[in-house]
Amino acid sequence: MSVITIERKVLEKNDELARRNRELFAKQRTFVINLVSSPGSGKTSLLEKTLGYLKGKLKIAVIEGDVQTDLDAQRVARFDVPVAQIVTNGGCHLEAKLVADALDRLDLAGVELLVIENVGNLVCPSNYDLGEAMKVVVASTTEGDDKPLKYPAMFRNASVLIINKLDLLPYLDCDINALKRNALQINPSLTVFETSCRSGSGIPEWCAWLQQQVSKGYNVKPSTLT
Amino acid sequence: MHELSIAQSIVDIVQANLPASGANLVKSVKIKIGQLSGVVPDSLDFCFGAITHGTSLQGATLDMEKVPFILKCRTCTTSFESEAGIVLCPKCGGTDTEVLSGTELQVVEIELYDEHLEKKTG
Repeated sequence: MSVITIERKVLEKNDELARRNRELFAKQRTFVINLVSSPGSGKTSLLEKTLGYLKGKLKIAVIEGDVQTDLDAQRVARFDVPVAQIVTNGGCHLEAKLVADALDRLDLAGVELLVIENVGNLVCPSNYDLGEAMKVVVASTTEGDDKPLKYPAMFRNASVLIINKLDLLPYLDCDINALKRNALQINPSLTVFETSCRSGSGIPEWCAWLQQQVSKGYNVKPSTLT
Repeated sequence: MHELSIAQSIVDIVQANLPASGANLVKSVKIKIGQLSGVVPDSLDFCFGAITHGTSLQGATLDMEKVPFILKCRTCTTSFESEAGIVLCPKCGGTDTEVLSGTELQVVEIELYDEHLEKKTG
């Protein structure tokens, strides 16, 4: 009986493609965020608010990832930004290859910020580096305060936590302090924002911070799987 | 359910590392799965069986070593295991911790049947 020693990362191919994406982003001087959350937490609404607020301040492009339909791309296109839709046809996450393909349809010249809205899923997207500068995880108050403990890998790999649907807090049992505490136990370096896309609260703070990151330039956070 | 695409990545790596004559001689594939890798071992095992069915890897088993999430506190130097992914030091409450293991997702080795001495079944 013989043994072949390999010792290779399972996702090395994805990581290599992500590295190439990252190189392209650095060359174009485009800051890239990977927006992740469970379905229905308000990623697209947050994106709409962000596009509205930063209109005229930053040149933004969007890649929309969905299992089916281009409904989100239609919503985003109303803001007059370049958008490429990826339909995964059942796939539960975006991979670096899908983003690379979408980049063929998207002109990054002059684009300062690219937002990649991932498929709504708190598990699978955490494994796949797309070449982004940072992952931004959205958790809404309706999901309860225990989400970070239930999905540690995602909260661990994110740089920013946006707690959304703040306006619903009076009607819910969600303890926002517990939600923050739980998230920071998993990842003490998370930057936390509280937003409501309906009232607009917290959007200026989030956008100002994002603008700052874009002007600071690259803060590369590659895959955390070893 | 990204275990299917993880299983496919494992199969691709195995195929790329087999000698030309070894395609149908794979007995097992050893992998490491970290506690915080976000991969469900049972699900991965099922997917691996499903995608290798009818291929030269059919019957090969997936030997999964589960690696615990272990951290070390940089403040008080305590090492501790965290099953739930919480990274705070249980001794001093420090937040400055370093990961020692538990984020792995690796193909470690492939075990082959000896072509002449053993006969592959299944």
